[in-house]
Amino acid sequence: MVEFLFQAIAIAVIFLLGCVGEILTEKAGHLNLGIPGIMCVGAAGGILGVVIANNVNGVLSIFCAILFSIIFAAVAGGIYAFLTVSLRCNQNVTGLALTIFGNGFSSVFINNIIKIEGEGGKGALLSEAGNKFFLAHLPFADSLGGFGKIVFGHGFLTYFAIAIAVAAAVVLAFTRIGLNLRAVGESPATADAAGINVTKYKYVFILAGSSIAGLGGLVYVMQYMGGIVGAELAGTVEGIGWLCIALVIFTLWKPALSILGSFIFGALYIFPSFVNVFFPDVTFTFAQLKLFPLIPYVVTIIVLVVTSLMGKKENQGPASLGVSYFREDR
Amino acid sequence: MHQLELRNITKTFGSVVANNNVSLTLEKGEILSLLGENGCGKTTLMNMIAGIYYPDSGSILINGEEVSIKSPIDAFNHGIGMIHQHFKLVDVFSATENIVLGYKEEGRFNLKKSAIKVKEIADKYGFIIDPKKKIYDMSVSEKQTVEIVKVLFRGADILILDEPTAVLTPQETRKLFDVLRKMKEDGKSIIIITHKLNEVMEISDRVAVLRKGEYIGSVNSKETSESQLTEMMVGKKVELNIDRTEPKDPKDRLIIKNLSTIRDDGLPGVRNIEFTARSGEILGIAGIAGSGQKELLEAIAGLSKIKSGTIEYINPENEEIVNLCLKSPRQIRDLGVRLAFVPEDRLGMGLVGNMDLVDNVMLRSYEKGKLDLLDRKTPGKLTDQIVKDLEVVTDSVNTPVRRLSGGNVQKVLVGREIASVPKVLMAAYPVRGLDINSSYLIYNLLNEQKENGSAVIFVGEDLDVLLALSDRILVLNGGHITGIVDARSATKEEVGLLMTKSVVVEEE
Amino acid sequence: MAHENKREPLFHIVKRMDIKPGAKVGIKVLSIFIGLLIAAIFVVALSPKSNNFFGFFGSMASGVFSTPRRFWKYLLEAALLLGVSIALVPAFKMKFWNLGGNGQILMGCLGTCVVMFYLGGKLPDPILWILMLVAAVAFAGIWAVIPALFKAFFKTNESLFTLMLNYIAAILVGYTISSWYPKGTGSMTPLTNGQLPIINNTPFGKCFLPIVLFVFITTAVALYLKYSKHGYELSVVGESENTARYIGINVKWVTIRTVLFSGILCGLVGFVLSGAINYMMSTNMDSNMGFTGIMVAWLSHFSPIVMVFISLFIAFITKGMSQVNEDFGFTDENLSSVITGIIFFLLIASEFFVSYKIIWRADAQKVVDKIAFPFVWVGKKLSPVFEKIGNFFTGLKLKLTKGGK
Repeated sequence: MVEFLFQAIAIAVIFLLGCVGEILTEKAGHLNLGIPGIMCVGAAGGILGVVIANNVNGVLSIFCAILFSIIFAAVAGGIYAFLTVSLRCNQNVTGLALTIFGNGFSSVFINNIIKIEGEGGKGALLSEAGNKFFLAHLPFADSLGGFGKIVFGHGFLTYFAIAIAVAAAVVLAFTRIGLNLRAVGESPATADAAGINVTKYKYVFILAGSSIAGLGGLVYVMQYMGGIVGAELAGTVEGIGWLCIALVIFTLWKPALSILGSFIFGALYIFPSFVNVFFPDVTFTFAQLKLFPLIPYVVTIIVLVVTSLMGKKENQGPASLGVSYFREDR
Repeated sequence: MHQLELRNITKTFGSVVANNNVSLTLEKGEILSLLGENGCGKTTLMNMIAGIYYPDSGSILINGEEVSIKSPIDAFNHGIGMIHQHFKLVDVFSATENIVLGYKEEGRFNLKKSAIKVKEIADKYGFIIDPKKKIYDMSVSEKQTVEIVKVLFRGADILILDEPTAVLTPQETRKLFDVLRKMKEDGKSIIIITHKLNEVMEISDRVAVLRKGEYIGSVNSKETSESQLTEMMVGKKVELNIDRTEPKDPKDRLIIKNLSTIRDDGLPGVRNIEFTARSGEILGIAGIAGSGQKELLEAIAGLSKIKSGTIEYINPENEEIVNLCLKSPRQIRDLGVRLAFVPEDRLGMGLVGNMDLVDNVMLRSYEKGKLDLLDRKTPGKLTDQIVKDLEVVTDSVNTPVRRLSGGNVQKVLVGREIASVPKVLMAAYPVRGLDINSSYLIYNLLNEQKENGSAVIFVGEDLDVLLALSDRILVLNGGHITGIVDARSATKEEVGLLMTKSVVVEEE
Repeated sequence: MAHENKREPLFHIVKRMDIKPGAKVGIKVLSIFIGLLIAAIFVVALSPKSNNFFGFFGSMASGVFSTPRRFWKYLLEAALLLGVSIALVPAFKMKFWNLGGNGQILMGCLGTCVVMFYLGGKLPDPILWILMLVAAVAFAGIWAVIPALFKAFFKTNESLFTLMLNYIAAILVGYTISSWYPKGTGSMTPLTNGQLPIINNTPFGKCFLPIVLFVFITTAVALYLKYSKHGYELSVVGESENTARYIGINVKWVTIRTVLFSGILCGLVGFVLSGAINYMMSTNMDSNMGFTGIMVAWLSHFSPIVMVFISLFIAFITKGMSQVNEDFGFTDENLSSVITGIIFFLLIASEFFVSYKIIWRADAQKVVDKIAFPFVWVGKKLSPVFEKIGNFFTGLKLKLTKGGK
């Protein structure tokens, strides 16, 4: 059970970053279906950062990973922002194109440029960095037993992610910037008339959201997988990315609530690996075990249906979500 | 030195010239009316002062100094504030949040402190405002108050109000004018955009007139008359009279009893509506925007959820009584009930903007024919007929209707609706946004239907027109009928009072 | 005056009211050209093996045209993509964002394989074919109609719903394979019974029927959209739901019917993939065509003719990239999604220049003119060609589609 909760939190961090990133983007009125692709790209950038830091020391490794992950994700987010904000292209289509691109790019980049296996492969370096630096936790965690492990046993990025979520929540709810941002997402024409630079806000928060989501990819590969890069990396991250977008609806566009929401999704996501812990008396066949990963997707669908049945105005997405803004539209 | 001066402003949208070489001045402490027909470029001109659009050429001077207003924030910095006709408010925000939005105040972001300042401004000019109330809970007049306070909060000296009275009752209008006069005494300069002559005379010191994007001239309100202004506005002298014939052989056509509806969002629509519409008669419906006009017409057309009551339709052919409440929109239409509905978004209901004229005319008849294939020939002929009869200006019948001007769109819609000789014709705001000539064409079409024995239901916003065109006027407020009056004897004040009269009902 | 100019914004954007068909083609050609250029630079810069810039294009072409086998495989790929794109159009035109093409294709595969696996050898092949078709269509139809029902009755967000169904479909396929081969690696061996007929055992013979089928389906759907009452109704619903209600169209029913139709067509693609090409299924047999198909459908503005050309082009990249992979020493087949992604970005961006126009400040205009001069010059030289192509498409469009945006 301790292991289950520990693992649930470990994967929840990825959901949390993806979800907070998408919330910030959506608050600016942009539905970014490219987030799964951006998370893949973020993972690729993170790997590059670790390789550059070359395991000299932990702080440098983590710093470089974060830096390059953010740079990569921000460039990808920048493409999306340029197309949808400046060129006013359809957000869904642009996002899908970005996901197709990001998924492919991360594979090509990791397998051909960085190279994991074979001669000059960086697999060993990455897993060493993962184990030594990214999974390093506070020394006293072990002395506190199960509780210590669950609460203090995670790598640095976990606490960094929670800090980001809390910061996002504070900015959205209590600052002038947050008020302006919400106005941009609700009614860009109103924000514009009030003298808010709509384009600037959209760019800044699409880029910020993309960067945060990109860190999700980094957490997956370096912390959750401990630096072990597998062939299914892009596919898995993309799958988590879609769930992150759904999670935004579940958490009612509130970063604070997304801390809880991503924990629940994390638990659902890793549940299949713990089936035998929860049902020790039942023997499942090989095929049946393959069926359990359905759970997070089915739950997401249920969440979608339930939220569509509730009709409170504050609990809906930003009113102008998905609509391009053109000031001189008549 | 003028408070504000426009020199040779020109602005085009694609091939449409919205403003051509317009020059205009505004003095300190004056109320200037900007008068002109719909589509003459009043709003565009003001949007350039407010930083929404940027002029193609020409210059703007404030206190004699040339300025460049690239964005609304530049406008604020020059002390200009505009209250748009379609309020620019965020629905899920509170009044205070909307007011401080985008305002860079010194010090920390503190909504409580701002709310106190909002209260102070409201008290100074005599507004009533609840700083914590959410916009979606507000009436139109409350929203307008928020807009005005928002501008004052930023310390604007020049206020521009775009059609501020269009959505207000006569009583609310009076209150607004009182506030405007207080502001004027306080040294503010005000431009009010309008096309209502009586208001121009009542509130403004000076009137500037635009026609088809060009500046015609300005006159002092005290030295002019309504007829002179009309002439400046439309170019030639127009007779403002609408013919009204006595109803011929009126027979009950629709009898509505105890009708209550529920809106899509689950809130009550109209409540306990009872009235009779007769053939050969125009029944006007008056009320502040959003008083249940839309819900009432949609209920008759079979488009909304009916909670209780009956809508009885008496078929003129066999005197048979049919209850429309139990019928689908299609069955109702087959009985001859036609709805020409023009909501705020002109192409929102009734027409499809991206389809061409033929496909739009076909909306009513595409189901005909046994095969599952479409017949575009017959509707094509009808379209040609409508274009010819109603003088629709279009490149061809294959042009998407969104490319047509407002008046022509309206002609296509009304033309299609009356082509099938309806027994009941409902028209909601059929002249909104049209120029005078097109408006009169529509009025004539309604009168024609009346003489053909249709029961016409006409929802209007201009009380003068309602009083001139209708035989009877039904007044709605908050989903209730507050009165039905004889249009020949009723006065504007009487109708205005009914528009605000509240009806107390015991909730079940 | 110069001082005043500085205060004027550098440029502003206005909506184009109309654009010449020739200019439209010109913009598209230019964007594809730039896209291929970027792609070539990307590949050459990262290639460990070769830095022959022009070789990139040669490799692409040889990947498609060098042997009849490759060419027919290419046409098959294009036909499948066309099949998916046209399948998505009816729902898309109704503004129903069906991102579940992948899942619907997989369910079509699942239906086909279930019949082949359980009934294969027990029934004569022709009966088996009919049952395979029915099962494919039924499975995919159900997969499409579930989100449609929720959208119609509760306005549930269909794009995320259909996305989730993609994953569920893949998991179901994986589960089925594992239950058939309990000790296997999760992959399937081709089934022998129920294989759809081929003309002969050449690449042409194997690919011909699927290609004909999808060309036929595309034509049929194009006619359905333009000339049938159903097609008209779904356009009205897509353009203005209020108008649809107002004229008495049953919006819920039209939504369900149209999305069901889309799902069925996706199921047909699955049927062909499993029954006529691979004789088995896998969790990624959809090759992400559900997503690519959306891009193709959107970029062609729902015009079936344009869709044919874009499908041919995208398939050209996909197939051409396999040769590029080899020639430039890449070990990753995902390179083709990177390149398609880049091309998509450019094509999406080109939409802006079709619908908007940039008006530069007078002094900036001079600089812009100088930079743009070579392009304008080439454009002018080519303009008669573009115009002809443009008029060709507009003519066809008028004949084939209506009303679509």
